[in-house]
Amino acid sequence: MSQHPEIIKVSGPLVVACGCAGSKMFDVVRVSEKRLIGEIVELKDDLAYIQVYEETTGIGPQEPVYLTNEPLSVDLGPGLISSIYDGIQRPLDVIRSLSGDFISRGIEAPALDQNKVWYFKPQVKIGQIVSSGDILGIVQETPLIKHKIMLPVGIQGEIIEIKEGEFRIKDVIAKIKTKDNQIKEINLCQRWPVRRPRPIKERLIPDEPLTTGQRVIDSLFPIAKGGTACIPGPFGSGKTVVLHEFAKWADAEVIVYCACGERGNETADLLLSFPELKDPKTGRPLMERTIIVANTSNMPVAAREASIYTAVTIAEYFRDMGYSVGLMADSTSRWAEALREISGRLEEMPGEEGYPAYLSSRLAEFYERAGKAICLGSDRREGALSIMGAVSPPGGDLSDPVVQATLRVVKVFWSLDDKLANARHFPAINWLLSYSLYQENIQAYLKENIALEFPDLRKEAMRLLEEEARLLEIGHLVGIESLSFDDRLILEVAKSIREDFLHQNAFHEIDTYTSLVKQYRMLKIILEFYNLGKASLKAGMDFEKIIKLPIRGKISRLKYIKEDNLIEFDKVEKELKESYA
Amino acid sequence: MLKEYLTVSSVSGPLVMVEKTENVKYAELVEVEFSNGEVRRGKVLEVSYDKALVQMFEGTIGLDVLGSKVRFLGRTQELGVSADLLGRIFDGGGRPRDNAPEIIPKKRLDINGNPINPSARDYPLEFIQTGISAIDGMNPLVRGQKLPIFSGSGLPHARLTAQIARQAKVLGREEEFAVVFGALGITFEEADFFISDLRNTGAIERSVLFINLANEPAIERISTPRLALTCAEYLAFDLGMHVLVILIDMTFYCESLREISASRKEIPGRRGYPGYLYTDLATLYERAGRIKGKTGSITLLPVLTMPEDDKTHPIPDLTGYITEGQIILSRELHLKGIYPPVDVLPSLSRLKDKGIGSGRTREDHADVLNQLFACYAKGKEARELAVILGEASLSDLDRLYLKFADNFEDKFVRQSESEERSISKTLDLGWELLRMIPREELKRIREEYLNKYY
Repeated sequence: MSQHPEIIKVSGPLVVACGCAGSKMFDVVRVSEKRLIGEIVELKDDLAYIQVYEETTGIGPQEPVYLTNEPLSVDLGPGLISSIYDGIQRPLDVIRSLSGDFISRGIEAPALDQNKVWYFKPQVKIGQIVSSGDILGIVQETPLIKHKIMLPVGIQGEIIEIKEGEFRIKDVIAKIKTKDNQIKEINLCQRWPVRRPRPIKERLIPDEPLTTGQRVIDSLFPIAKGGTACIPGPFGSGKTVVLHEFAKWADAEVIVYCACGERGNETADLLLSFPELKDPKTGRPLMERTIIVANTSNMPVAAREASIYTAVTIAEYFRDMGYSVGLMADSTSRWAEALREISGRLEEMPGEEGYPAYLSSRLAEFYERAGKAICLGSDRREGALSIMGAVSPPGGDLSDPVVQATLRVVKVFWSLDDKLANARHFPAINWLLSYSLYQENIQAYLKENIALEFPDLRKEAMRLLEEEARLLEIGHLVGIESLSFDDRLILEVAKSIREDFLHQNAFHEIDTYTSLVKQYRMLKIILEFYNLGKASLKAGMDFEKIIKLPIRGKISRLKYIKEDNLIEFDKVEKELKESYA
Repeated sequence: MLKEYLTVSSVSGPLVMVEKTENVKYAELVEVEFSNGEVRRGKVLEVSYDKALVQMFEGTIGLDVLGSKVRFLGRTQELGVSADLLGRIFDGGGRPRDNAPEIIPKKRLDINGNPINPSARDYPLEFIQTGISAIDGMNPLVRGQKLPIFSGSGLPHARLTAQIARQAKVLGREEEFAVVFGALGITFEEADFFISDLRNTGAIERSVLFINLANEPAIERISTPRLALTCAEYLAFDLGMHVLVILIDMTFYCESLREISASRKEIPGRRGYPGYLYTDLATLYERAGRIKGKTGSITLLPVLTMPEDDKTHPIPDLTGYITEGQIILSRELHLKGIYPPVDVLPSLSRLKDKGIGSGRTREDHADVLNQLFACYAKGKEARELAVILGEASLSDLDRLYLKFADNFEDKFVRQSESEERSISKTLDLGWELLRMIPREELKRIREEYLNKYY
């Protein structure tokens, strides 16, 4: 066999090449004259097992393999925002202009526009000593995002040259003299291997809620900035809609949306609607803070495996600038399946359900890249990366290995329920099964910023919902009529919590987003109705009269009160008091 | 002249191992000449330094190790396309089966296709009126959507699919759909039902049929849907037609896939289906859609029979994760004599939200739909309660919902096979039913529409 690396076997996305001595695990290689992109996943003597990110049809033995001796990396710099990439950071719009509406093979396109000119404004001076992660200057990338140009990891020294003005991403903007008297040239972009987490200075405990505008989440099962959450559910239970709602309304400064092995039309929906949707805080198009990584289910399976790493690396890069970043991964099951498919081709010993034995450690590694942290750099800025992953267990069965491995590492569990979805109760998050472990962490924040009693209202609402489940069980046996009026009032109020508070229509222009303050006021009125009702029952008021109070109609329409018209709540509160008077 | 190999070393199921090969490419098309002169086709599944594993499309009965000749054709499986495809019937491998000559192709397309670039996709939002209330009213279909029908053995999915193919139209336009029909392992009678239905309505002129019957080679079934979709892509994106693709029955397709996987001794996933079943199905289903700047579209209606009516079986389960919703047929409704037996509650159309409303169907459509769902769900809950406790112990409201559910099934879901209900008729019917329920219970409907329609 020859000295040059060449193919000896092709089996689907797995290619084996000989003559690869000296190459390293997870190095990127180019396969055949078509220059398909692949990654080394196993080495045996001089044989390299390569997972190819593109369709391998028409490839055969004796064709050449080109080594790059570099692991799979992404380009990080101005131009990321508003982009849409495939799983290995090729910009899909550029590919479209190169190869048309269908993706053909072996296409190379730079991830960032090489010719676009950015205005760079320095924040450091000549003679200043800088270390890794220090901000050298700012590029205003979109009206929403100041792209902070950071000193790449591993470099420190004295600034001997820094320029202000218009530059392309590869132009030199600064020169650094390191301790050993080397001169390092710095430009606007840097590269980072996707499978290695970007370093930080210190991890912090997440203590601030990441509001999403979704009542069932923000009020009952909140996620903290820098937290992790998973949302498992059978198909049709609304996972993707919930994640889209997050991408739209979550109060993160940067959103990375990873459509990993999901539907093409849903991705098209994101692409078409995001430029038109406005950020509720700034009024700017949401696309100006969003990056999409889309490797739809029909795109090559190996690139699907890489896509969540690509996405999380980009998200980490913005966290390092001191932003709060939200990463949505839809769906991690598809990623796990890609892992399984490649593991099968490598003829590895399978674990549960054919998944490789390292599934849970890979998942844990991924979710641990989230967190609130003090970023690298001397200004001790804080950044947060929150990860929300959808899981699609077969048949909605939560004993699926991907769900179980995920639940071991995430702190929030939003359990989607088939039955709720069938009754068109959306978001179909089951309030009895879901949990959030950030409740305690963010209590102080809620008390300070929203209302002192908010956490207590939440507890009371949860108590009523749990009570309802118990009472309904009894009711089913003995008939609702035989329950006491106190209990029947609980049933009525719990129903009101479910229908008037938890149910939220993502497609209604007002209902789609609810601020924390509005959520608090809604919940307060509903529970006030209960407290007054309970007291009146005791005082001898007729049960039928209470549940037929006209104020209940008003309560059911609280969700349609506009955010800029919260004064309306005062009126309803007053009316509520009067109707019991 | 192509090289002929006489080096077949082993045969196992549909798989043939050929030794001492040179220059063979992955997924290449192969011809094997049996010792009796018969020629059959296959495809390269795996290729090593000097060995190739070939998967035979038409089975290996009669193949011998010593006398067979193998030729590697140097190209992948292709479909010759031109506008002459319309009106023709082919077998599962793309050969004419209507006694007419082969078409003269304008070009030849690889049947595996290439994935549509997500940034080239246009979002499907043109409502398709099928004339069936349970679909139009509750789970509306839009152009470019992939919406499977989950059925069970013995349920009238064939009649329903034929009715959709017959009645589907986009509102306000006279354009009709071209129908590409892929029969995967169904019986002669079922296939004949579709063909004669298309003939009787004259729709055959704008149809292309690819038929692989139950008694025909199972392995060929792997390429049949790919042929159908390649043909659809040509009609839609080259000729600018609106294409409705019907694939029936995907369960047989998946079983063929399992057969190959098993003979390759791959590690099986759930229920013996290969671990890549999701990816494989996705490469089929995701070929539906619309493309920016092109007039044509592909709407895909795969039909599958759920083994034991079990929705969590891997085939319906993975299908549901890829497609944009599902229409589920219910045995219970079928036994009650209701046609079409569409089980409205678990059925779903994910793309409906942008395809309905003012300017597309009617302003109140979304709210009515949500309200009907909620009321029917409550009605069914009440029905379950009534079974346990007896109807007498239900509250007045529950009894009302129970009656609503009965009426909903009888008046809204039920319609005849030839009845074509317009969308406004469907919605009016919905309002008629909703008037049974007190107005303050209708929380899903906006005040303005209640004022206008209640």
